[in-house]
Amino acid sequence: MAKFISVEEAVAMIPDGASIMVGGFMGCRNPHKIIDALSKSGKGNFTMICNDGAKPAGPTGEEYYGVAKLIHNHQVKHLVATHVGLNPEVGEQMNDGSMKVDLIPQGSFAEMIRAGGAGLGGVLTPTGVGTIIEDNKEFTHSVQEIDGKKYLLMRPIRADFALISGFKVDRVGNVWYKGATRNFALAMATAADVVIVEADNIVETGEIEPENVMTPGVIVDYVVDGGSI
Amino acid sequence: MDKENIKSYIVARAAKELKDGDVVNLGIGMPTMIPSFLPENVRVTVQAENGLMGVVPCTEESLEHSLYSVDAGATPVKVAPGGCYFDSTVSFGLIRGGHVDVTVLGALEVDEKGNLSNWIIPGKKLPGMGGAMDLVVGAKKVIVTMEHTQKGEPKILKNCRLPLTALNCVDLIITEMGVIEVTEEGLKLVEINPEYTPEQVQKATEARLIISENLKPMV
Repeated sequence: MAKFISVEEAVAMIPDGASIMVGGFMGCRNPHKIIDALSKSGKGNFTMICNDGAKPAGPTGEEYYGVAKLIHNHQVKHLVATHVGLNPEVGEQMNDGSMKVDLIPQGSFAEMIRAGGAGLGGVLTPTGVGTIIEDNKEFTHSVQEIDGKKYLLMRPIRADFALISGFKVDRVGNVWYKGATRNFALAMATAADVVIVEADNIVETGEIEPENVMTPGVIVDYVVDGGSI
Repeated sequence: MDKENIKSYIVARAAKELKDGDVVNLGIGMPTMIPSFLPENVRVTVQAENGLMGVVPCTEESLEHSLYSVDAGATPVKVAPGGCYFDSTVSFGLIRGGHVDVTVLGALEVDEKGNLSNWIIPGKKLPGMGGAMDLVVGAKKVIVTMEHTQKGEPKILKNCRLPLTALNCVDLIITEMGVIEVTEEGLKLVEINPEYTPEQVQKATEARLIISENLKPMV
């Protein structure tokens, strides 16, 4: 059963150099309260596995939106992402050598995280065949030919922590996501040693009907109250 | 034609490629403009790779949509009645699994084998591929919309020079000069903007063009 903790307790758990998966898309529903506290923690050297580098300027007047705060503060030494064009600081830090950036096709990225959490040894995908993705041996195991068709065998991805944002979280940690905010969260919640969910709303158990639970509470380790929006 | 006219000319032509009932994925920029150019009897379902089906624009300012419902370009959007949301593994299962009929996207370079480059200019620009590599491999039809040249330099080449997005993936190229099909024999100019001659189009194209016997005006 998930344990309810403060944002300070959550951040205290994350050491320097941790690998961290962060849910959300272009900053939308990054777990903003945890990321904000992490950005002020002085910790760093993180490997961040997140679809993107978010972007400067959020919709409620933030100077840096979501994970862009961690990048701006030079707390990320390695970013594993699919698209970083909306945050110019990613390109700058990559070019000046202060951050390593690995770009992975988005569908492969999602499925590699799923494989990491689902006990699979890898993912065979036609995506990336004949491109420089073949050469990134940290993430691409090999090119395989199966029944006459070429595939890339992509390695599974796991992390020390997954930080995700849920709209409703009940007392046992079951999560319901609103709108388009599910994206990578379902896979990430299975693929990290410690899963922390930031809840926009904490609800009584039973309020999310069993059929509508999207991430089962049994795999959620900690819940942080994100405060109702 | 000025920049804006070029864009709407290309987009209006691209809109004609979509059929009633198609499930489509539209890239950032010109492709996103396509729905407003569709005739009333052509209704398509727009998929977004971050987990939306039935995307429609958000006409009013809405913080709620900014916080919970953005498309793959981070623009706040809604889902039309009948649409739905899903996670990224389902979304890309739909994309790779051939459940998206058409994807329309921009390009830095396309070559005569239908190879596409549109995600990185090494040392200069690092946008990343996002969902593009999966989309062009998985969608049933891949349409590139782009300006024919970049600062006067051809973008339709014999061989792509930039890192590839995928091999042999492009079906159709639509520019302000014409419509080009990628065929086994090479690139075939099938429609032409009446403002240009086939010779002018060839001059702006590095790859050799086969001029269709039924070359039609592009409208």
